[in-house]
Amino acid sequence: MYLTIIFLPLVGCFFSGFFGRFLSPKGSAFITILGIFIAFIFSLVAFFEVGLSLCPCYIQLLPWIDCELFDASWGFMFDTISVGMCVTVTFISLLVHIYSTSYMSHDPHQPRFMAYLSLFTFFMLCLVTADNFIQLFLGWEGVGLCSYLLINFWFTRLQANKAAIKAMIINRIGDVGLALGVFAAFIVFKTTNFSVIFSLVPYYVNHEIFFFTYKCNAITLIGLLLFIGSVGKSAQLGLHTWLPDAMEGPTPVSALIHAATMVTAGVFLIIRCSPLYEYSESALFIIVIFGALTAFFAATIGLLQNDLKKIIAYSTCSQLGYMVFACGLSSYSVSMFHLVNHAYFKALLFLSAGSVIHALNNEQDMRRMGGLLQVLPFTYCMFVVGSLALMGFPFLTGFYSKDAILEIAYAKYNFIGTFAHWLGIISAFFTAFYSFRLIYFTFVISPNGYKTNMQNAHDAPLLMGLPLFLLSVASIFIGYLTRDLYIGLGTPFWNNAIYTAPQNLSYIDAEFIPTSIKWLPVIFSLLGAILSIFLYHNCKQILYNLTSISLFRYIYAFLNRRWLFDRLQNDFIGDSFLKIGYSITYKKLDKGIIEVIGPKGIINLTTNIGKQVISLQSGLIHQYASLIFVGVIFIVIKITNFNFFHPFIDIHVYFLFIIGLLFTNFFYVKTKTSSK
Amino acid sequence: MFSIDQSKYLFVSIVLFLIGVSGIFLNRKNIIILLMSIELMLLSINFNFIIFSVFLDDILGQLFALLILTIAAAESAIGLAILVIYYRVRGTISIELINLMKG
Repeated sequence: MYLTIIFLPLVGCFFSGFFGRFLSPKGSAFITILGIFIAFIFSLVAFFEVGLSLCPCYIQLLPWIDCELFDASWGFMFDTISVGMCVTVTFISLLVHIYSTSYMSHDPHQPRFMAYLSLFTFFMLCLVTADNFIQLFLGWEGVGLCSYLLINFWFTRLQANKAAIKAMIINRIGDVGLALGVFAAFIVFKTTNFSVIFSLVPYYVNHEIFFFTYKCNAITLIGLLLFIGSVGKSAQLGLHTWLPDAMEGPTPVSALIHAATMVTAGVFLIIRCSPLYEYSESALFIIVIFGALTAFFAATIGLLQNDLKKIIAYSTCSQLGYMVFACGLSSYSVSMFHLVNHAYFKALLFLSAGSVIHALNNEQDMRRMGGLLQVLPFTYCMFVVGSLALMGFPFLTGFYSKDAILEIAYAKYNFIGTFAHWLGIISAFFTAFYSFRLIYFTFVISPNGYKTNMQNAHDAPLLMGLPLFLLSVASIFIGYLTRDLYIGLGTPFWNNAIYTAPQNLSYIDAEFIPTSIKWLPVIFSLLGAILSIFLYHNCKQILYNLTSISLFRYIYAFLNRRWLFDRLQNDFIGDSFLKIGYSITYKKLDKGIIEVIGPKGIINLTTNIGKQVISLQSGLIHQYASLIFVGVIFIVIKITNFNFFHPFIDIHVYFLFIIGLLFTNFFYVKTKTSSK
Repeated sequence: MFSIDQSKYLFVSIVLFLIGVSGIFLNRKNIIILLMSIELMLLSINFNFIIFSVFLDDILGQLFALLILTIAAAESAIGLAILVIYYRVRGTISIELINLMKG
């Protein structure tokens, strides 16, 4: 049953991908949905067995790579983190599959789309259930590959191609870090198996290894390298630019990959490696810094974007920041809780956005929407539920996890905790602001769009509405229902899958922080929402007046252009690398030095020497005669062993003379030919 | 036998030979001078043979000298014949103009 969870999506992908032509779009959709559905049911059973009945399941399938010390086997480990992820992934994937049958119903390549979706699900399941780093890496690269294929699904569009390449390459940058981390782990622990590594970590606390000739603490080094991997995959500050661009893909893809599953892989990696991170203070420190900054900066960018999907993408980025800094504060279970909850309401938001876009004839710009409240009431409800859950409205899903994260950040009582806490609170304010700005622009204000679009607008059909409804139910209730299970005090659920060092534990402190601090996130969120409504509903005049202030225009441009991060990367990093690639490695090295020393230079050399030798034969008899004379003298000297130069020059230097002669010949003649 | 230093005779022959050689490659005008230089070299070699034949008291050197004499005569005859034909074709016997066979 456990293996079925993983391999049924692959089977669905196989049939839909290779036989989609014969199966018809509906048939291939049916097969893939059936596969995912059964996988979902089985994951629920697995969740019951592993999570609730506390019996983890390990399946050692067959050896994959086995040589001397190094062995990577096909092994699947179903502990509580894995089954928690399995249920989330299969559930979201199932709903996205169902949604896409309707959303993509007019697309000519629907079987291919369904195949990619199923393949993605397979790789994600492979990632979360891996029992060693190598197999995790397989899933990691697999989801990267599928994200490429899916972003690039409409491959005739230039922007989609560029976005897909960008996603692939920036992910690869992180993957280099992950690969190095795995290598380092293998060097230190001589294995890539999770259970062995994690049980050995305490014995290697002060172990030091060399990294680029620098002596580093092994655990910190491994932790940071793995974190680079998750920076790439989870779109943390620095490597985040691919995520908003990845919105070029179809909307269900954004919901599946860039909201619920793929980007959570980075956070999942940190959670999975919790026994390792717990032994490295400095790695945790860096993680908190990065996570908190990401949460803040993505939230500020989200404030002033005008693309419906990009706002949601930046909110994903921001929420991932929350998860990451929760991990850095050693509250892995809270991070996992937020991860699961976030998957539901973010998928809901994305699919609702898809419904809006579908209704408006693929219009994505928020400034050309408006007035959809009367036209799409159902989607509006779903959007509001999703947004409220996202901003942590009390007693919705987001509230339970987000507040827990912020409370724990406060309860750390040190600089880093306070830093994360305040950035998190400010981000919560901004999150509420842009969520309501989004709702307001899309649904509430008077229509700004084209009349034809508005006339043809229709609410979500059944196959699109049903996933939305289920997700909204999940967004409302899941947080409340699973709170005690995931982060309740002393919950047995995690069952050794997550390790938190006793000195880092702060769940109990978090329960006893001042009540006013506990109220802060909610108050700030509500303030943000109220400010948003106030500004856009009552005080449009203020907004209009702001546009005449140059400072405000400057801030607007700065935030709207995403802190100029793309500009920075393109101008300084991308451009300089391209220049290096063209002018140095290509022109100077490949076409320059190597050509001169290699084939082209030798050809020039031999032809030039040949020409000079030929020119000796001038046709003039007296020159021939002198040459003969000189030659005879040389032969005589040679025969009589009479070495004329011997007293003056060491014989061993002759070799150098000859080589030098050849090269003077070469350069001399070359300049002559080039002047012609 | 009165003792005469052999090297003085040899010196004459070598000087004659070198004059012949330098006649070949210092001469840039006239092909007849070239033929004459060759004759001079052959003469110096003949001279050499005879000197050694006398001093070593061996007849073989004089035999070779006779042989070279005949060969030199034959060679100059053939050379002059070539020269005549060449002159008939080109109308000149200047060495500087004999450079059609460049490499």
